Amino acid sequence: MSSPHIRQPASVRHIMFTVLLALVPGIAAYVWQIGAGILLNLAIASATALAAETLVLKLRRRPVAITVGDGSALVTAWLVALALPCIVPWWLTVIAALIAIVGAKHLYGGIGQNPFNPAMIAYCAMIVAYPAIMSQWPAAGDTDFAVQLQLILGGSREIDGITGATALDAMRTGLRSHSEVNAILATSAFGFAGGRGWEWIAAGYLLGGGFLLTRRIIAWRLPLGFIAGLGGTAALFWFISPERFPSPLFHLASGGAMLAAFFIVTDPVTSATTPRGKLIFAAGVGIIAWIVRSFGAYPEGIAFGVLLMNICVPWIDRHTQPAVFGQRQETRS
Amino acid sequence: MIQRLFRFRGGIEPAPHKRESSAAPIRPAPLPPKLVVPLIQSSRGAARTIVTVGDKVLKGQCIGEPEGAGGTAIHAPTSGAVTEIGRYPMAHPSGLASLAIVLESDGEERWITPEPLDPAHASREELLLRIQASGIVGMGGAVFPSHIKIGKDAAIETLVINGAECEPWITCDDRLMRERAADILAGAKILCLLNGARRILIGIEDNKPEAIAAMTAAARESHGGGEAGVDVEIVPIPARYPAGGEKQLIRVLTGIEVPAGKIAGDFGVQCFNVGTAHAVCRALAHGEAMISRIVTVTGNVERPGNYEVLLGTPISSLLALCGVRPGTDRTLMGGPMMGFTLPSLDAPITKGSNCIIAASPALFPPPPPEQACIRCGTCAHACPIGLQPFELYWASRAKRFDDANRYHIFDCIECGCCAYVCPAHIPLVDYFRFAKSEIRARDEEQKAASQARARFESRLARLEREKAEKAARLAAKAAETRASLAAGDAALIAAAVQRTQAQSPDDATTPPDPI
Repeated sequence: MSSPHIRQPASVRHIMFTVLLALVPGIAAYVWQIGAGILLNLAIASATALAAETLVLKLRRRPVAITVGDGSALVTAWLVALALPCIVPWWLTVIAALIAIVGAKHLYGGIGQNPFNPAMIAYCAMIVAYPAIMSQWPAAGDTDFAVQLQLILGGSREIDGITGATALDAMRTGLRSHSEVNAILATSAFGFAGGRGWEWIAAGYLLGGGFLLTRRIIAWRLPLGFIAGLGGTAALFWFISPERFPSPLFHLASGGAMLAAFFIVTDPVTSATTPRGKLIFAAGVGIIAWIVRSFGAYPEGIAFGVLLMNICVPWIDRHTQPAVFGQRQETRS
Repeated sequence: MIQRLFRFRGGIEPAPHKRESSAAPIRPAPLPPKLVVPLIQSSRGAARTIVTVGDKVLKGQCIGEPEGAGGTAIHAPTSGAVTEIGRYPMAHPSGLASLAIVLESDGEERWITPEPLDPAHASREELLLRIQASGIVGMGGAVFPSHIKIGKDAAIETLVINGAECEPWITCDDRLMRERAADILAGAKILCLLNGARRILIGIEDNKPEAIAAMTAAARESHGGGEAGVDVEIVPIPARYPAGGEKQLIRVLTGIEVPAGKIAGDFGVQCFNVGTAHAVCRALAHGEAMISRIVTVTGNVERPGNYEVLLGTPISSLLALCGVRPGTDRTLMGGPMMGFTLPSLDAPITKGSNCIIAASPALFPPPPPEQACIRCGTCAHACPIGLQPFELYWASRAKRFDDANRYHIFDCIECGCCAYVCPAHIPLVDYFRFAKSEIRARDEEQKAASQARARFESRLARLEREKAEKAARLAAKAAETRASLAAGDAALIAAAVQRTQAQSPDDATTPPDPI
């Protein structure tokens, strides 16, 4: 055995389960504001992901117990479930989880090897394949678990009574019909910061993110870069034309912004690794998300931002290598 | 003056485990019946034996002369008889044997007459020669010959004395500073005399308050002695591994970052371990060559302690002294961060052996199975050099050695911080050692190949040249022959003409026809 002969008690499993723990406040707010249907979706995604992970590892003749036990498949599953609308039929969640684990993760060689964020690949595949279902979000306040259950398991798509436009959707449609931002915000879909009810979920993710930061599980540059990229771009245009562009607060509190800031762009495997690179990567995601939200064909653009920036990661890393010991001073002299 | 401290990036704070042995005063280890003194005791050269089997030697007597400029002398650690000169297993990860002088002690410990050398009245050359002849090498572990380092013609401003002792478990420097502060200081001042430094900074990790107090008291006392011109400061530094790495300590104390491939001397700083300073003092002020060192014996033992051990003492006898507890499955030399597992306990203590740790699975649990890297960057955060260890890992694993070079693999000091923190339990340092040796081997191969090509080309050129020369020689000879023939013809003609003229003197006015 060679040096070092001692090791800090740390493990991938500990990291992953801390991330799961940090998702709990957001999920609790979800149950409180939208309904318990999300719990069923989380369960479906988790079961699918764990089964797929086990099967693929067996097929690949890799150690099963240690890799399934590391919790990474569960993190992916939970992020997939939280990214999808919580009343999608069960089979859509199953397909999404399969795409994330088998397609986006194991086809590239398993944990640590995938260049693209698995949850975002699954989300993008679903929004392209099932645009109608993927746009059906439940409205806040209608916490009717029975109806949600029926939608998820029964496949009934009689949804008019319970869905409502999301904040991003309502804003987009409103702006397209030349309404002003303030008038749109006055409608019932909006609460104090973002979508009515959804802003509490965002607050839950923020809380969990703060926990991850204090535990040093995530690198602070990633959420900071994302918030600066999305919020900064939004602030710039809002300052120029507040009636046509919603405020940075609206952007950060709506859609998946907080989930992305602390749980998606912070994925170590697919984000940039250098200090400067992390800022550039995350800011890029935020800027692309803002562009897609403001001018694109989809109401939410974070997933596209993440995947596009994933492509750039090797290039960003290569060009932002930090100076090594003694190098800075040498170049100075 | 209040010393401003600098930070180095990264580093870790492992459990110190100094308490186990730090309270135990230095005690002389008992004289073993047989000592095995290796001829290689410095990183830059060996010694050449000057004794033969059967010779009686005195304690401190030179038994091996320095070979080459980088060699350092070795001495008899005790009085007795040379019984063998042969190959013995050494304290090295490979366990390879190397040439050593075996000494059977007579138990009398009779010293050779010491010849102190007063630094104030000796020339620089004399002092350097004495340091080399006393066998002094860096005692922090690198065993670099001290006369080479201190003999460099560099403008040195600051002498750093390394009392950081940042590796867990080791306490030999701590005890040395507590008990022999005055000698350390005297040695440091001699070193200043040699390199011309104007100030001495003694860096000690703040988890050793007794050592700091002892050194401070010694510095105050010696200042009262009225030494002119040299400023001595004892600087407590934050305990953070690897603060005792030479370049890290220089960074912390002076703010200077000495890059890989450069030496501190280029930046006006030189750094010596407290043990080295102590040895310099013993060699000059007392005329005692380096025949012993302080060794911490700790870990899974009944009585951890610090011993003054004669070089050549077998490690097993040292362990026996401390009572190895059951459950010990291997023995480490050095600290747990950079030390290595001893392949054999018969190996002798040498100048670089600072610590022996009896390791048990309870104290040093075997590493959990290696998992996949998730690029979490914890290793980059811990690296004191500011490297991206996970990039080096990916490159080494895939044998992309050019990439490994681009990510500065040779800047890696193998301190082990990255592997210590890795949540995937990847033995990162092993990967880097592998890549380094592969790159070195490849470079050697390339060098050999290019040398062979150069040889072949020069042979071709030589053959070509010889051919041309031969042709030229032949041509010259032909020309000569032709010329001499022509000259011969001319002579014959002239003779004939002369004869003709002689036969008809009346025609003498008319020139002969030039044929």
